[in-house]
Amino acid sequence: MNRTTSSSYLPAGLPIPVAEADGLSAPYWGGLRENRLLVQRCAHCGTWQFGPEWLCHRCHAFDPAWTEVEPHGRIFSWERAWHPSHAALKQHGPYVAVLVELPHAGNIRMVGNLLGDPMQAVAIGAEVEGVFEHHPTANPAFSLLQWRLRP
Amino acid sequence: MRGRVAVVGIGETTYYRHGASPDPEFKLALKAILAACADAGIDPRDIDGFSSYSDDRSEASRLAAALGTRRLRTATMQWGGGGGGCCAAVANAAAAIVAGLADCVVVFRSLAQGQYGRFGQAGAIETISGEKAYLMPYGVLAPPQRFAMRVQRYMHEHGVRQEALRAVALASYHHAQANPRAVMHGKPLDADKYDTSRWIVEPFHLYDCCMENDGAAAIVLVAEERAGEFRHKPVYLLGAAVGSGHRAGAVAHNATLYAGASFDTVAPDLYRMAGVGPSDVGVVQCYENFTGGVVMALAEHGFFRPEEANDFLTVENLIAPSGRLPLNTSGGNLAECYMHGFELVLEAVRQVRGTSTCQAARSDVAMVIGGPMVTPASNLVLGSEATL
Repeated sequence: MNRTTSSSYLPAGLPIPVAEADGLSAPYWGGLRENRLLVQRCAHCGTWQFGPEWLCHRCHAFDPAWTEVEPHGRIFSWERAWHPSHAALKQHGPYVAVLVELPHAGNIRMVGNLLGDPMQAVAIGAEVEGVFEHHPTANPAFSLLQWRLRP
Repeated sequence: MRGRVAVVGIGETTYYRHGASPDPEFKLALKAILAACADAGIDPRDIDGFSSYSDDRSEASRLAAALGTRRLRTATMQWGGGGGGCCAAVANAAAAIVAGLADCVVVFRSLAQGQYGRFGQAGAIETISGEKAYLMPYGVLAPPQRFAMRVQRYMHEHGVRQEALRAVALASYHHAQANPRAVMHGKPLDADKYDTSRWIVEPFHLYDCCMENDGAAAIVLVAEERAGEFRHKPVYLLGAAVGSGHRAGAVAHNATLYAGASFDTVAPDLYRMAGVGPSDVGVVQCYENFTGGVVMALAEHGFFRPEEANDFLTVENLIAPSGRLPLNTSGGNLAECYMHGFELVLEAVRQVRGTSTCQAARSDVAMVIGGPMVTPASNLVLGSEATL
């Protein structure tokens, strides 16, 4: 299966994600550009952590290690958005956002879009896999992690 | 802090649709504060402190200069949480009085969305970092999209039906029809109109979402010893609590207790200080950012178990005077005014005074629940002299 796409689920013009000035999340965003999902896992106590922080919330060791994980999980919750809360979404129509939990990474959760028909029935608990969505010509260039139902 | 501080004055401006205020935001704040002082019968120059929340732009030192107050002794801003701070701002002001830092503190919120922009529309920014970077590129931009997934998960876990959310909306609109201050006065809502209204983001219809408005509202607090010096029957602060549970602020959507309203630890704190339980509370004002948040917040305050939400949350149970738990008796954020929840504090004062336009049968003990699903959240309980 092709796990990358250069076609965009949502129209261009939404805010582009960048790392904070202090660089906290730079490994995460850099990883997505290379088709890798990097999240924090404390080297001292093994706790998974997302979003990133400078400290492990469990044992207080600083600078939790960035660890690559397989981009698959299951739908923890979802929503179908109709109202355009941004000028870029006017006349776009509904779209689906999902909250995906990663059971193999301490049940950390992340938000993305569910690729496919925006009117599809969505089931909490459904298995999904990640698709890296690249925006190489954006300024600055960036990548997102989207999700689709596992075949 | 129980019973140590009293609300002696309340005041608000006319409430407007967003962008419809003829006055700029700071002028709205001044009008509400002067109205609250007039209600109390107090000289505004005797105010010696200000407390607000959500980064209110009407800054304390400018207010003190504009009003010519004799001195400024406390100036408190509650961190973060949007409307979750509406009760925390009262708690912070009361704590300052009990601690002896100040004698007469105004708590207020002023908001002119026409002048400064709406919460429901993301602005024209090009890049984003921090928590929003994990959300906005996926179209999770404004509060409706940020909170719908929480409510969806809660409905899934507890079998809550859309009708429970609808009952919350219908109760607010019902009460607003008796309240001439309400922006939705004269604009009733029925089940059919709710059901056929457009989706904003499933599971929120249009009427599950708060309005956006211009206006300001304020209250005056003094120590209990002075409470009898003013024009109205004093209303006592029985308790207040602020905060959230374990890692409620973990980005993005990684709160330990995700499908909740942030009151798992805060509600027990409130009941402990106030010395009351859910069955003592006669009337509740609960911040409706979205109706689903009200469902979760009421359950977390022990008015019903989550599995009972469908049975408890009916229009009959939620309306004054004699529903089981009259809710949002001024119309609240949905139908009176989205004064960022502060209109709810004023309405709770009116209930205890006995001057609401939808007076509850039992109103000696009145609760306010601020901004569900945010962190820090906050809540408070007011009571009459008889409850002390």
